[in-house]
Amino acid sequence: MQESAFLLGQVFNGVSVASLFVLAALGLALSFGLMRVINMAHGEMLMLGGYLAYMTLAVVPGPLGLLVALPVAFLGAALLGAVLEFTIIHRLSARPLDTLLATWGVSLILQQAARNLFGAIGVQVIAPGWLDHTVAISSGVLGGLTLPDTRIFILLVAAIVLGAIALLLNRTRLGLYVRAVNQDRPVAAAMGVNARLVDLLVFSLGTGVAGLAGVILALLGPVTPTVGQSYIVPAFLVVILGGLGSLVGTTIASLIVGLFTALIEIFVDVSLAQVLLLVFVIVFIQFRPQGVITVRTRALEG
Amino acid sequence: MALKHFGLAAALLATTMLGAVRPALADGTVKVGVLQSLSGTMAISEVPLEDAELLAISQLNAKGGVLGKKIVPVVEDGASDPSTFAQKATKLIEEDKVVTVFGGWTSSSRKAMLPVFQRLHSLLWYPVQFEGNECSPNIMYSGAQPNQQALPALTWAEQKGYKKIFLLGSDYVYPRTANLILKKHIAHAGLTLSGEEYVPLGGTDFSSIVAEIEQAKPDIIINTLNGDSNVSFFKQMAAAGMTPDKLPVMSFSIAEPEAQAMGPSLLAGSYTSWNYFQSLPGAANAAFVAAYKVKYGANAVVDDPMVHGYVDVMEWADAVKKAGTFDPKAVRNAAVALGFQDSPLGEVKFAPNQSMVQTGYIGQLQPDGQFKVIWSSPGPIEPVPYDPLTFPGKSCGAHSTF
Amino acid sequence: MKISSRQILPAMVLLFGACAPLLINAYELSLLGRFLALSILAMGIMLIWGEGGILSLGQGVFFGLGAYALALHLKLEGLNIANGDMPDFMVWSGVSALPAFWYPFASPWFSLACIVLIPGSVAAAFSWLVFRRRIGGVYFALITQALALAFSTLLISQQAYTGGFNGLTDYSTFDGYDITSNFAARVIYWITFVLVTICYFALRWLLATRWGIMLRATRDGENRVRFLGHNPLPYKVGAFTIAGVLAGIGGALFTLHAGVVSPALVGVVPSIEMVVWVALGGRNVLWGAIAGTLLVNFAKDQISSALPSLWLYGLGALFILAVSFLPAGIAGLFRPGSPEERVVRRMLTRRKLETAE
Repeated sequence: MQESAFLLGQVFNGVSVASLFVLAALGLALSFGLMRVINMAHGEMLMLGGYLAYMTLAVVPGPLGLLVALPVAFLGAALLGAVLEFTIIHRLSARPLDTLLATWGVSLILQQAARNLFGAIGVQVIAPGWLDHTVAISSGVLGGLTLPDTRIFILLVAAIVLGAIALLLNRTRLGLYVRAVNQDRPVAAAMGVNARLVDLLVFSLGTGVAGLAGVILALLGPVTPTVGQSYIVPAFLVVILGGLGSLVGTTIASLIVGLFTALIEIFVDVSLAQVLLLVFVIVFIQFRPQGVITVRTRALEG
Repeated sequence: MALKHFGLAAALLATTMLGAVRPALADGTVKVGVLQSLSGTMAISEVPLEDAELLAISQLNAKGGVLGKKIVPVVEDGASDPSTFAQKATKLIEEDKVVTVFGGWTSSSRKAMLPVFQRLHSLLWYPVQFEGNECSPNIMYSGAQPNQQALPALTWAEQKGYKKIFLLGSDYVYPRTANLILKKHIAHAGLTLSGEEYVPLGGTDFSSIVAEIEQAKPDIIINTLNGDSNVSFFKQMAAAGMTPDKLPVMSFSIAEPEAQAMGPSLLAGSYTSWNYFQSLPGAANAAFVAAYKVKYGANAVVDDPMVHGYVDVMEWADAVKKAGTFDPKAVRNAAVALGFQDSPLGEVKFAPNQSMVQTGYIGQLQPDGQFKVIWSSPGPIEPVPYDPLTFPGKSCGAHSTF
Repeated sequence: MKISSRQILPAMVLLFGACAPLLINAYELSLLGRFLALSILAMGIMLIWGEGGILSLGQGVFFGLGAYALALHLKLEGLNIANGDMPDFMVWSGVSALPAFWYPFASPWFSLACIVLIPGSVAAAFSWLVFRRRIGGVYFALITQALALAFSTLLISQQAYTGGFNGLTDYSTFDGYDITSNFAARVIYWITFVLVTICYFALRWLLATRWGIMLRATRDGENRVRFLGHNPLPYKVGAFTIAGVLAGIGGALFTLHAGVVSPALVGVVPSIEMVVWVALGGRNVLWGAIAGTLLVNFAKDQISSALPSLWLYGLGALFILAVSFLPAGIAGLFRPGSPEERVVRRMLTRRKLETAE
C-alpha cells in the first residue's frame, strides 16, 4: 500500500468517525443551545438505538431489517427523550448543573436496566449482506486503499440526517421558532411562540438522532449496556468546540475531532491520542472560547 | 495443688488459643470466602466464576462437607475496584474468620489483595490466567502462567508456518507483559514482529489499527484484547474484508461465553489458547458440565477460568483432608504435595511454586459456538512464573515466610 | 459557663471521632478512616460547587495526583536505589532503570510536599486556563470530565512508569515506620481525624472571611461582580486550587488506609460519585459534605455485596431525587430557613433574573 493511500485512508477513517460524533453530539448541541442543559443520559440513547435495532432484526430478519431498524430506533429514542424532558429536564432547567447530575442518575438506571433485561455481555447486530463488501482501489497513487461498505453507509446516513435537519431548521415554521427561542427566549415567548413545546420537540429530535447513531454503532461493535459511554465524552468535546446550538459548528467540530484523532494515531497510540485531544481542546478554547461558530444571543451569562 | 492449678491454666490457655486460631470450628460449619466482582465492569466475567465456585462448595456439602464440617460460603462483592477487593478481603479474614478465600480476576485485584493475605497469614485461590512475575506463598495460582497459554500458542503458530506476527492488545498489564515475553520468543525463534498496537480498555474504534494491519500484512494476529473491544475489532476487520478464515487470529481472552455472545458467525474459524475447553473429553468434565447445566440452566456454557475456580475449591478440600486441619499454612503445604488429581481439565496438580501443572490446548471456534481442540501440548506443562528468556536470573524464592 | 444544646451534638461527634479506635473494631475503623479521608475531598467539592458554583466532574484527578505522590515514595521505601533496585512492576514492564522523575520521591519529605504541591499547581494551572476565557458552568463540568478520562487513560497506558491498570500496592513502611500493623492503623486514623477537623474549621473560617463572601458573590452573579469592579478570576482559581489540594490530601490518606492506589479510583465514574456524596449530604453545609460521604460509602459497603443491581438503581434514583427535590441535601433538612437554604432558593431564581436582565 502506498503512503498516500494510507494517509488518505486515515482521512477517510477520520471523516467516518466524525460522522458518528456528529450524530451523537447533534442532539446535545441543539438542546444545549436552547435550554443550556446537558443530558448526561444522551449516551444511553445510543444504547437504546442499538438494542432497538437488535430487537427489530429479530422481528424483521433479512436484508431490509436494518432499514426498518433505523426509523424504529429514531422513534423509540425520541419517545424516551420526550419522557425524560417532560419529567426531569424541564423541571430542572433553571439549574443546568443539577440537570446534568440528575440525568447522570438516569443514565445509571438505564444502564442497569439494560443489564438486567439483555444481560451484561451485550447482544450482536449482524450487518446485512448488502453491506458486506469493500470498495478497493487496486492501482494508481491510491493503490491498496480499501473503503468498507459499512463506513460509506455511515457517511451517507450522517449526510442525510444533517441535510434533513438543516432543511427543518431553515425552511420550516418549526425551524423558525427554534431559531427564535435560541436567540431570545422571552421575546420569542412574548411573540406567541410556545417555547415549552419547542424545547420538547428539539430535545426528542436530538435523542432520536442519537438513537439512529446507536443503530450505526451496532454495525461497528457490540451493543452493550455501556456502549454509549465510549462515545459520550468525545461528543461533549464536540459540543464545547462547536459553539452554542449551531448545526454547522457541530459538524465542523465533529470533523476536527475525528480527523485530529485519526491523524494523530498515525504517530502515537490510541491512549495518548485521547490525552492530546483534550490538550487540543483546551488550547483551542484559549483562542475561540465560544466555539468555531459563535451564535449571537442576547443572554449575558451562558 | 499447684500442679492442679497449672493444669487448669494450661487447659484454659489451650482452649483460648484454639478459640483464637480456629474460631470457625466452633460448631459443625466452616466458613470460606468467595470474593468476586458482582458489580462494575468485571461482573460480566466474575459472576459465572462465582457460580462455579459455589457449585463446587454445594457439591462438597452434598457429600458431607470437609472434615465433617459443612462449608458456609461468605460471598462479597469486589465491585471491580482493587481497593474494594483489599477491603473485603480484610473483612472476610478478620470479621468473618474464613479459613481461605476463593476469588479475584484482574491482576489489579490480586495485587491489591496480596499484602492483605500476607499480613493476615491467610490463603487466596486465584483462578485466572495472568502475566506471571509473582509467587506469593499466600496465593495458589491455578490459572495459566505465560508459558502455559501464550507460549504454547506461539509454538503452535510456528509449527503451522506463520512467520509474520502482529500483536494487538488492550492497554493494561496482561497484554503488555504477555507481549513483552512473546516478542523475546518471536525474536529468539527467528520469526518477524510485523506490528504491536494497544487500545484503551473498552476501546471501540479500530479504523486506524485495521488500516495498519492492512499495510503490515501479517500471517497471524495474536490478540489480547479484552471484553467488548473484541467484537468491535472482529466486526471492523470483517468490514474491511479480513475475516478470521483469511487472516488467522489467535485470541487469549475469548472463551465459550464470549464466543456465544458475540455470535459464532463473526468469529468462526478463529483460534484461541486455553488449558480447558468445554468440549474436552473425559468423565470428570462431562460430570462437571452436566452439574453446571442442572444448576444454572441448559443453555449455560463454561470456560477456563470457571473450571479453574471449581477445581480450586476441590483441590482445597483435598488438601484440607490430607492436612487434617483448616490451617492455611498446613493446607498450602498439603496442596503442593497432593500429586496429580483427575479434574475437568484432565490430570492437574500444584507445583511447589504454587502454580498449577496443566496441559495447554489450542481450539478453533466452530459455528455452534464451541471450540474444537486442534492441538495440545505434549503433556502437562510445568508452570514458570518468570520467563527465563525475558527475565533472566529471576525465580521464585524459597517459601519460608508465610 | 453555659453550654447550649447546639454545641452538645458537635462536641459528641468530635469525642466519638477521637475515641473511635477504642470503641469499634479494626475493620470498622479501617472503613471509617478511609471514608473520612474521602470526606476531605468532599469538603473541597462543597467549597467549589456549593460556595463557588463550579461543578467539577474531575476531582478524581487531583485525588489521584495526591495518592500517587505518596504511593511513589511508599514503593521506593526499602529499595536500594543506588544499587539499581526498582519497584517490581517495572521489571515485568521491560524497564531497565528507574525513571528519572521517580528519584526525588525517595525522600519522604519531598513526597509529602508533592501531595499538596502537585494537585494544587495542576488545579491552579488548569482552572486558570479555562476560567480566564470565561468558560464556566456546564462547559467546565464537561471539560473536567474529559480531564478525568484522559488522566486515567494516561495512567493505565504508561504502565512502565505508573504501574498501569494494577496501580501501586504492597507498601510496608513510611520513613522506616511499619504502616501495616494494627497500631499503625490507629495512628493513621488519628492523623486522618485530625486533618478532617483542621480542614473543617479552616474552611469554616475561610468561608466567613471577605474572600468567602466574594466567592459566593461570584457564584450568584459573576457579571455583577465584574460590573462592581472586581475580577472574579482569582476567587474561582483560588477555590479550585484549594479543592484540588484537599482532594490530594484525601487521596494520600486514602492510599495509606486502603494500601493501594489504582486508576479505578480516578476515572470518570468515581469522579461523579464524589459529587453524589456532596449532593446528598448538602452542598452548602460543610458537615453535610462529610455526612454525605460517610453515609453513601457505608451504604455502598452494606448494600452492594448483598444486592449489587439494587445498589446501582438506588444510587441513580437517590441522585435524581436529591438534586431535584432536595438541592440543599440532608443538611438542608435540619436547617430550614437558614442562610444556606436561601442561597439555594436564590439559585433557583437566578435563571429568572438572568432573562430579565
